[in-house]
Amino acid sequence: MPDTTVAGVAELDTPGGFDRLAVGFARLLRAAGLDVPVGNTVAFGQAIAAVGVEPRSALYWAGRATLVRRPEDADIYDRAFAAWWEHLHTLSLGAAVTRDVVVAFDTADDAAVAADDGEPPGGDVQSVRYSRAEVLRERDFAHYSPEEFAEARRLMDDLRVTGAMRRSRRMRPSRHQRGRPDLRRTVRRAIRAGGEPIHRAYVAPSERPRRLVLLCDVSGSMETYARALVRFLHAAVVGRGSVEAFALGTRLTRITRELSSRDPDAAIAAAAHRVADWSGGTRLGEGLRTFNDEWGVRGMARGAVVVILSDGWDRGEPELLAEQMARLHRVAHKVVWVNPLKSSPDYAPLARGMAAALPHVDEFVEGHSLASLEQLARIVAS
Amino acid sequence: METVDDVRVALAEHDYLADEGLATAVFLAIRLQRPLLLEGEAGVGKTEVAKVLARWTGGELVRLQCYEGIDAAQAVYEWDYSRQLLHLRAVEAGGGDVVEDELYSERFLVKRPLLRAIAYEHDALTPAAPPVLLVDEVDRADDEFEAFLLEILSDYTVTVPELGTFRASVPPLVVVTSNRTRDVHDALKRRCLYHWIAHPDFDRELAILRVRAPDVPEALARQVAAAVEAMRTLDLYKPPGVAETIDWANALAALGQSAIDDHSVAATLGTILKYREDQERTLAHGLDQLVHAAAERSA
Repeated sequence: MPDTTVAGVAELDTPGGFDRLAVGFARLLRAAGLDVPVGNTVAFGQAIAAVGVEPRSALYWAGRATLVRRPEDADIYDRAFAAWWEHLHTLSLGAAVTRDVVVAFDTADDAAVAADDGEPPGGDVQSVRYSRAEVLRERDFAHYSPEEFAEARRLMDDLRVTGAMRRSRRMRPSRHQRGRPDLRRTVRRAIRAGGEPIHRAYVAPSERPRRLVLLCDVSGSMETYARALVRFLHAAVVGRGSVEAFALGTRLTRITRELSSRDPDAAIAAAAHRVADWSGGTRLGEGLRTFNDEWGVRGMARGAVVVILSDGWDRGEPELLAEQMARLHRVAHKVVWVNPLKSSPDYAPLARGMAAALPHVDEFVEGHSLASLEQLARIVAS
Repeated sequence: METVDDVRVALAEHDYLADEGLATAVFLAIRLQRPLLLEGEAGVGKTEVAKVLARWTGGELVRLQCYEGIDAAQAVYEWDYSRQLLHLRAVEAGGGDVVEDELYSERFLVKRPLLRAIAYEHDALTPAAPPVLLVDEVDRADDEFEAFLLEILSDYTVTVPELGTFRASVPPLVVVTSNRTRDVHDALKRRCLYHWIAHPDFDRELAILRVRAPDVPEALARQVAAAVEAMRTLDLYKPPGVAETIDWANALAALGQSAIDDHSVAATLGTILKYREDQERTLAHGLDQLVHAAAERSA
């Protein structure tokens, strides 16, 4: 669609005036970092027409209902709205509509949604292409030279994380002559046989991948490993459906959306941008608590394979970590803890956090090298 | 219904006390004929909104409870296979020939909630108002289901390949609820109006208690609302929702309490806090503090 240029100051009591008002505010929200599709802007324009621009709260709630889609965004909205309202009333309502607004009808947004749904590349590819790679595979990430890291990144792009399967409640046509009858297909066949259900069809439950939740520690002590592990997170998120990724530092940040871009470098840059406390301290207990409260126990971790990638150094209270791990363990199908330090021969889980968490972990594995990440991919898939 | 305030008043007449935000969202859902997506903690009254809308408008409440693995056969339509087979046999026995179209006609169609809400037709026996379609806990269904829900909600039509397309003469009023166990797909969210129902403040909660638990004496209701308000600041795993508040007030009243004290709170804690850890945290915090907070508010 061509770009449209809206110019001039509109009379507000015309429908067009409301639309301009809506477009102006939507631009402001986008600048503030909110994702506002054109469809919602249109709905906001209609909403203003329905409730009016006075009093402040009417306009406020009309926008909340049409433009905000997540409670986390309410804060941004509130601030943008306050600024906008101020603006409307200092400059008089008409002047608030900026001149020369370029309205880009972004159809790309819909295309992105469609792409999301598509094709997880099949098969459990864990191939390694080059023989030079064999050396790299076993090498500790902490000892990588920049060139080796670049090489390893290429190898990581080949990493595919498939998931453990679970039985779904959804039924699929089955080729076997047992299980639950498929009446729909049986009736279809009976028509051909003169009403006699001779050829019977059956259905069987299908399988779905278990949800995979990855929590990666991005604190200072993990710095040498985090850049490689985030790569692993990316491979997991783009590799298949129903994967969630979080960064754990002094607080918890959800980075699934950022990591779902196909291009690994762009995705990781977006995730790093999103995580405010990269290479800061760790509060594993509190981070897990937030995860449990906001996401995990509500349903995300239920029946899921949860992988925590951390060295277990925690500034917080070990009791809190133990309590939260117990909560997580009660709802999850399997809890895997990946500790890059474990590969060292004289490693013992003495970090207070690690010791507190271990009783609530099903699998405790290393994650210091490509080979160990491949191993991890296998554990996740089993 | 002309203004947002009309909605608020009408809902209140049917025992639902909505704040301005929710009333605006409902008003817009009706006016713009858009589905309304409600999210919020468990027990804040999301489902109740749909029920009260049905009572108010007089439309039939069509409820679709979502669950893992729900598919078109349970949500939209299914053919009545046993009747189809019987019909086949009967025609066959009479020496006739079965025409396939006959088998796939509306008399063999079992309408599930989504199709029922879309194909609704007003006649002498049914209410004039369009039905209220409640799609409850959509986050429990899987993404495939969301895809066809979106298809139906975007133009209020359902296509049955063997029969043709059903189009709603008047679109149903659609309320979709989610507990946020996972993110609802953005495409569906874009189609809907959105409102997050928060826990009510003290005054609203008290008002709700007065309406929903009329047997509870006012003094006790004040104390309960105050104690719940204090509990919500305790950093619990599952802060009590309005539904729990009502249960708790009723429980206390049933025990013949006219005021909150240490003993009665301890005895009834299970009606308001459903996690052992939360109960322990509250006990550690001290019941007398809660009782004290309650007494101050009721003064």
